[in-house]
Order: sequence, then structure tokens, then C-alpha cells
Amino acid sequence: MKVLYFAWLRERIGESAEEVSAEGLETVADLVAHLRARGPRYEAAFEAPEAVRVAVDQKVRDWDAPLKGAGEVAFFPPMTGG
Amino acid sequence: MAVRVQREDFDLGAETAALEAGAGAVVTFTGIVRGGDVSAMTLEHYPGMTEAALAEIEAEARTRWPLSGATIIHRVGRLLPGERIMMVAAASAHRQAAFEAAEFLMDYLKTRAPFWKKEETGAGARWVDARETDESAARRWAAKG
Repeated sequence: MKVLYFAWLRERIGESAEEVSAEGLETVADLVAHLRARGPRYEAAFEAPEAVRVAVDQKVRDWDAPLKGAGEVAFFPPMTGG
Repeated sequence: MAVRVQREDFDLGAETAALEAGAGAVVTFTGIVRGGDVSAMTLEHYPGMTEAALAEIEAEARTRWPLSGATIIHRVGRLLPGERIMMVAAASAHRQAAFEAAEFLMDYLKTRAPFWKKEETGAGARWVDARETDESAARRWAAKG
């Protein structure tokens, strides 16, 4: 599946998008744990999980949301438009 | 009904006038980059989700108030103090619906549309933090069902 990062998550990770295999990942929380294990850049991005929001296929979801069938998962801070 | 995300500026007068036909009241809100210690602001968004979220917010407003028209325009990219960031407009037969719908569009946009602001200041650049007051402003509409 495609994983997207916005705002300071994008800056800390150093990528705006990447492909991640969903194999063995059941929920968003599983994906976050998988990403954090990749190294310090991901660890820094997800160090305060309560400050990170997630969208699955462009709909805001909770961290326990299932990934089954998901094509796109995006991580970002709380929205600050307007 | 119109929802647009764009780099370029917009013509507030033309956008307002376009909503006048069939309306008794048009209420608009314009957001502008504040000066002070901020020398520039960059707006990032989530292409695709942004447009869908704005369309959903507008559709929700139409279920709550009898609107003859509504417009949401939000700019992205780097903007300088004094530049317009975004606008919402709501048109209805009477002013109360137009005022309320415009406020609803703003409150929902601030907390449910995927935009992020980064400010440049003399001390460096910083991402703007979400404000709890914005979230509580949006929640009061949910309480009204």
C-alpha cells in the first residue's frame, strides 16, 4: 500500500510517499509499530503518537482501524487550515 | 456550489456577486496572513482528500440550512502577510441561515480539511499548532445535530 506523510512528519521522515507491504499488518497501529522499527527518522516522527492523525483511503480513522483492502494510508499532524 | 484549492488569489467581489442570484443574504469570511513576527506562511495540503473533505463540509452545511449557494476557496503554497489565504461564502434567503452556515463552514474547515500551515519568522520556521478552541468550536455544531 501507499503510505503518505505530511507537514512535520514528512520533514522528519524525509519522504512524502513510499510503498509499504501490508503483509502481517492488521491495523494502523501495527503499521506505525512497523515503521518505528525502521530507525531514528521514523522514531522521531512517531515519538508522540497522540500528535499524529491518520487517514485510510482519505478518510480520517483511529489507530485501531483495519488495513485490510486499504490502498493509501496518510499520517499528518492535526489540521490547521483556514 | 463550488469548492476550489488553488495557488492563485481569488476575486472576493466576483465570488460574492456570483452567489447573489436567488439569494436574500450572502455572508462571506476571508482569512488573511497576519503580519507581526511572521514574514511568510506556506500552506501544504493533501491533494484529493482536501477537495473531498471540503465538498463533504459544504454538503453537510446544505443539509443543515436552506442555502441557495455556497463557496469555499483555499489557497496553497507560500503566502506573504496581507495576502488572502481562503474564503467561505454562504447564500440563503435570510441572514441567519447565511451567517450560521458561513460560521459552520469555517469551523469545520479548520478542523476537518487537511491543510497545514508553516510560518517563517525571524527565529526560523515553525509548524502552526492546532488550537483546542478550534476543535471545541467545531464540536458545538455536532451537539446541535
